[in-house]
Amino acid sequence: MSRALLKVENLSVDFGPVSNPIRVLNDVSFSVGRGQAVGLVGESGSGKSITSLSILRLVPEPPGHIAAGRVEFDGCDLLKLPRNKMPEIRGRDIAMIFQEPMSSLNPVMAIGDQIGEAIKLHRALDSSRRRERVIELLKLVGMPDPVSRLGSYPHQFSGGMRQRVMIAMALACDPKLLIADEPTTALDVTIQAQVLELMKKIRSEVNSSILLISHDLGVIADICDRVVVMYAGRVVEDGDVKSIFRTPKHPYTQGLLQAVPRLADDRERLYQIAGSVPAAGSIKQGCPFFARCSLRQNRCQEQMPPMFQFGSEHSAACWVTAEEEVS
Amino acid sequence: MIRMIGIRLFDTIPTVLLVLTLVFVALRLLPGDPALVALGDYATPEQLNLFREQMGLNAPLWLQYITFTWNMITLDFGRSLISNVPVVDILARNLPYTIELTVVATGMGLLAGIPLGVMAAVYRNKAPDNGVRAFSLVGYAIPDFYLGAVLLIVFALNLGWFPISGGGHDFASRMHHIFLPAVTLAMVKSAFIGRLTRTSLLEVLGRDYVRTARAKGAREGRVIFRHGLRNALLPVTTGLGLSLLATLSGSVAIELVFNRPGIGSVLINAIAERDYPVIQAGVVVFAFFVVLINLLIDLAYIAIDPRIRVK
Repeated sequence: MSRALLKVENLSVDFGPVSNPIRVLNDVSFSVGRGQAVGLVGESGSGKSITSLSILRLVPEPPGHIAAGRVEFDGCDLLKLPRNKMPEIRGRDIAMIFQEPMSSLNPVMAIGDQIGEAIKLHRALDSSRRRERVIELLKLVGMPDPVSRLGSYPHQFSGGMRQRVMIAMALACDPKLLIADEPTTALDVTIQAQVLELMKKIRSEVNSSILLISHDLGVIADICDRVVVMYAGRVVEDGDVKSIFRTPKHPYTQGLLQAVPRLADDRERLYQIAGSVPAAGSIKQGCPFFARCSLRQNRCQEQMPPMFQFGSEHSAACWVTAEEEVS
Repeated sequence: MIRMIGIRLFDTIPTVLLVLTLVFVALRLLPGDPALVALGDYATPEQLNLFREQMGLNAPLWLQYITFTWNMITLDFGRSLISNVPVVDILARNLPYTIELTVVATGMGLLAGIPLGVMAAVYRNKAPDNGVRAFSLVGYAIPDFYLGAVLLIVFALNLGWFPISGGGHDFASRMHHIFLPAVTLAMVKSAFIGRLTRTSLLEVLGRDYVRTARAKGAREGRVIFRHGLRNALLPVTTGLGLSLLATLSGSVAIELVFNRPGIGSVLINAIAERDYPVIQAGVVVFAFFVVLINLLIDLAYIAIDPRIRVK
């Protein structure tokens, strides 16, 4: 992989009062190469969304606070950029699609204007050229009869169509990086499949890199080249899709993969990882997965494992599997 | 849009009829004999009877009701018992002053209240917010007739910057006369609108679509005014309707304090003199205004929020 487009290094984010903050992101590092699609997986509350919001510096401050780390985008540390420079990056270089298509569009603005605004903010096009571009984008995302829908308001669309509008808006300025935060989670299953098809189409037609956040491993396997697994605000495994799905090295990833239902299954019950995700900030020491881990040893409770390399493109933070590998 | 306005206008007809019925019933229930009041204690029974006959008071109630409703709708309010001037003329002379006061006071209240609310929301819990909060508390706490009297004493009586009474004639003198009463009414209004705008905008700024606007690369000013404020204005519009009604009734006291012409002072005088036709017309006009204001608020909703527009 040549120079990465996005390199997140040791990102830590706190929430709550400065005197007694709760660390919700701890030392998160990963990268997204040019043209690559990277999946970010983890349960609810593992810090996926905060990670993506931190990249754009959209974490609400207060109560949030980016405590440490670097977010290097195209060779420039976004966290060091003056605050008033961020709007130039947002929407132009990095665009984002949110989870809730029902509430993420402005209810009193026609969708043509909302997509048009994304263009207007970054490109000097006159209004007729802008209109053409909006129509072109709506066609790209598969909006039927786009010309007549320009003046429609969000409440006149279904959830799937609204998500298409969101995607069109995000693609408006051909961003170098597209962050999609659970783009299909809030949709019906059939609509999910349609939106996923659209994401794949975009992946092949637009040369943006994609950071896809999901708790659905199937979605990730379908679209992404690399996977980053997060647990309790930390990255626990990082690697190319094939090796993670074939030889997961972190017990958490192993558990997640076992929990995926398969058609050929004859199990009565689905597998589940015992216990639940620890509350943010409750783990002060050792591996955050300790309490739920089937392979746990004493040292896991005392020392947080570093990321061990398992091959050139695969690493995981587990003492036990790393030791097995060596021996 | 035109059709929507038509539908809303049509909807007001039953309201107006109901209001007229209530006024009719209330006037019949009032103690005292209008003929006796009009002619005095020394009138002969023949005179009283003649008066009742002329006023239609001997007719059956249902006929009186129909005549009353028809007269009100055709703006035939009769003549004042005191001055024998047609009531329509009295209203026509005074109504513009009340409308003028309401419009100017509301304009001032909005022009001050909305920016104050935006400022308070944007600098939440910082100095500007606290300042606006203090201003709102004061604005709420001072009764308008008292504030009016203080302003009158300081700026009109002592400093002599403004006229002490009257309504003015040409535009410039009218605006000169209206300033102090309008400021008095606008004080509560801006306090109210300011608080409302702050609360509503704070809520809207936490919504997902505001985050979307930021993610698009919109700068703060655009986020607040283009995406936030328009959505925040809906509750403010409701509040504005309430506040307009309050101004209308508040104008009764203010017109008295500033000795201004207007429907409020006409009504007060008419009540003191038991001038029934004028009271009746005044109440009906106020009621029409309430209906009209509600209509305007409905239309404002339609203009602001596309979700309310029906196909």
